[in-house]
Amino acid sequence: MLEIKDLTVEVGGRKVLNNVSLSVLPGSTSVLFGPNGSGKSTLLSTIMGLGNYKVVKGQILFNDVDITNMPINERARLGIGLMSQRPPNLSGVNLYDIIKVSSHGKVDPEKLASKLNMENFLSRDVNVGFSGGEIKRSELLQLAAQDPCLFMLDEPESGVDLESIERVGTMVHDLISGGKCAGKREESGKSALVITHTGQILDYIEADRGYVLCNGTITCMGNPRELLKDIRTKGYEECIKCRLIEMN
Amino acid sequence: MPSDRDELIERAKNALQKKGAFGEDFDLKTYSEVSGEIPVFNAPSELPNNIKEAMLKTGVNPSTEGNDGNMLVIDNSIVLNNSNNDGFELMDIRDALKKYDWLKDYSWNAVNVDADKYTAATYLNDSPGYFIRAFAGKKVKLPVQTCIMIGHDISAQTVHNIIIVEEGASIEIISGCTSGSDVDTALHMGISEIYVKKDASLKFTMIHNWAENIGVRPRTGIVVEENGTFINNYVILKKVKSVQTYPTARLVGKGAVAQFNTVAIAQPGAELDLGSRVVLSAPECKAEIISRSITVGGEVINRGTLVGEAKDIKAHLECRGLILGDSGINVAIPELDARVADVEMTHEASLGKVAQDQVEYIMSRGLTEDEAVGMIVRGFLEVGIRGIPEDIKAEIDEAIRQSDLATG
Ligand SMILES: Nc1ncnc2c1ncn2[C@@H]1O[C@H](COP(=O)(O)OP(=O)(O)OP(=O)(O)O)[C@@H](O)[C@H]1O
Ligand SMILES: [Mg+2]
Repeated sequence: MLEIKDLTVEVGGRKVLNNVSLSVLPGSTSVLFGPNGSGKSTLLSTIMGLGNYKVVKGQILFNDVDITNMPINERARLGIGLMSQRPPNLSGVNLYDIIKVSSHGKVDPEKLASKLNMENFLSRDVNVGFSGGEIKRSELLQLAAQDPCLFMLDEPESGVDLESIERVGTMVHDLISGGKCAGKREESGKSALVITHTGQILDYIEADRGYVLCNGTITCMGNPRELLKDIRTKGYEECIKCRLIEMN
Repeated sequence: MPSDRDELIERAKNALQKKGAFGEDFDLKTYSEVSGEIPVFNAPSELPNNIKEAMLKTGVNPSTEGNDGNMLVIDNSIVLNNSNNDGFELMDIRDALKKYDWLKDYSWNAVNVDADKYTAATYLNDSPGYFIRAFAGKKVKLPVQTCIMIGHDISAQTVHNIIIVEEGASIEIISGCTSGSDVDTALHMGISEIYVKKDASLKFTMIHNWAENIGVRPRTGIVVEENGTFINNYVILKKVKSVQTYPTARLVGKGAVAQFNTVAIAQPGAELDLGSRVVLSAPECKAEIISRSITVGGEVINRGTLVGEAKDIKAHLECRGLILGDSGINVAIPELDARVADVEMTHEASLGKVAQDQVEYIMSRGLTEDEAVGMIVRGFLEVGIRGIPEDIKAEIDEAIRQSDLATG
């Protein structure tokens, strides 16, 4: 579904990602771990095609199509969706309208919003004055409306209260398992690339593969639960060693 | 207090050469006055289709449905005047001045006859216009519509309006100003004097929809008494040569409130010099000036002045401008002026282009760049006029589509 080859990315003239390679198979979920500032959000933004992120080397393939230089909206049309960590405020544009256009008029925003207890937010300007957890839920509603094939979720559980996390987790689960996408596998074909620090979201979704990003470089790859256990017990210092082991 | 008539005539005559404080200077001799040849209609349904269409484009519904009264002024003639509500009266200002002797105390009181050549010409011209009086204690539910139209090319139109909202009354007025489809060059001068009495409220929405070569010189004075509320919405989206306006609201009674909302698009070749001024001269008064302007090639100047003359007043000015495309000028001139301590007066101003991160965010939901910019621009203008009638919102959408704002 998604294949990243030797990707080097600059932000504001500074190299943030260095020779990153990873892949997400159709119908599978990959998890991205890594310390603050290691480049996780940068990677998702680059896959989405946002302007500040300059690919200086490497390739991004989506369903075998090279999308490295494709405009953002065309990537979205191909089925890439991003829940961003820090989305901008859209003053004067309300949540109702953006949900409506994200789904090309196909979903009923009221109905969708009720799933995440967000009915009262539909008339509010997108992200303006939203709390941390509200931003996550609003992003998820927009993604649900958009119904992509690849869900890129940047810390979906972060800032979400214990009661809402159940709703968010269930919704993420349902979104990823429902519907059909072009893919090689027989199953749904929906895929996800998920960033998490706590791993809480892994209670709701089945993750097949984990990567650790350190300092702009992938240093480990393995079973996400085991990686998380290692990070919990030994911290991220291990990822440097992990890299050494892999290289030897 | 207006002085006696001879003295006013003298003062006006002396001001006929006096340039306006801002904006392009128009030579009054270039234009001729046209009046008298326009038929009078009894109901909006009798109006010819081209006039109905022109009214619709300026937010005025050419029907008796959904409103409590209509007046249409073409050039310098009243061609339609009907109302169906006993909460207010609507009449030609010239008739009203004959009928009510007391009205002379309100006439040329909030605006000076010798402010500039445009006020002077309007005074000397025995100009038509609307007189609207909402009777004490009456809450008029549906809006009253007025439409001022220029019907002939190369003509000068002078209009004089007076609105009085008596104690405890409330009323909404929608005023559309426009020109006929075969008018290219003209000059509109419109004097409006607005009085909002104790505990009264007025919501006044004005939509301008002129043509490429039309000069527009409104002159507006507002006086708001104790606990009175005045809300002014001004919308200009289409082509025009030059509009220069700087209404001044004086809050003279304790707790009076004024709010000015302006939404403007400066089309190529247009000069829009738009200001709002509020003088807060009684304690606990509140004022807010909000403007949202876009240039797509023209020049737009947003002036805003707040003057605090009494204690415990609160006033805020917010002025935001977008520059779309490679040409165009957008100027913000916010001004705060406090004459006493114990005031809270603030302003915010910003100019720039559409924020790229916002465009990309919407694009990441599958919309094209043009669609994303259109959505942001619509939102930008929308913030300037929350609470505006839906018809007018539809006009704004239409203007955004037509202006090609999206391709910036
Ligand atoms: N526009 C920018 N200009 C300069 N540096 C930037 C810019 N955007 C990101 N960076 C830097 O790039 C690095 C990677 O940032 P990124 O947001 O990808 O980290 P992250 O792994 O998502 O971290 P976190 O876990 O805190 O979300 C950081 O050091 C950040 O400061
Ligand atoms: Mg991040």
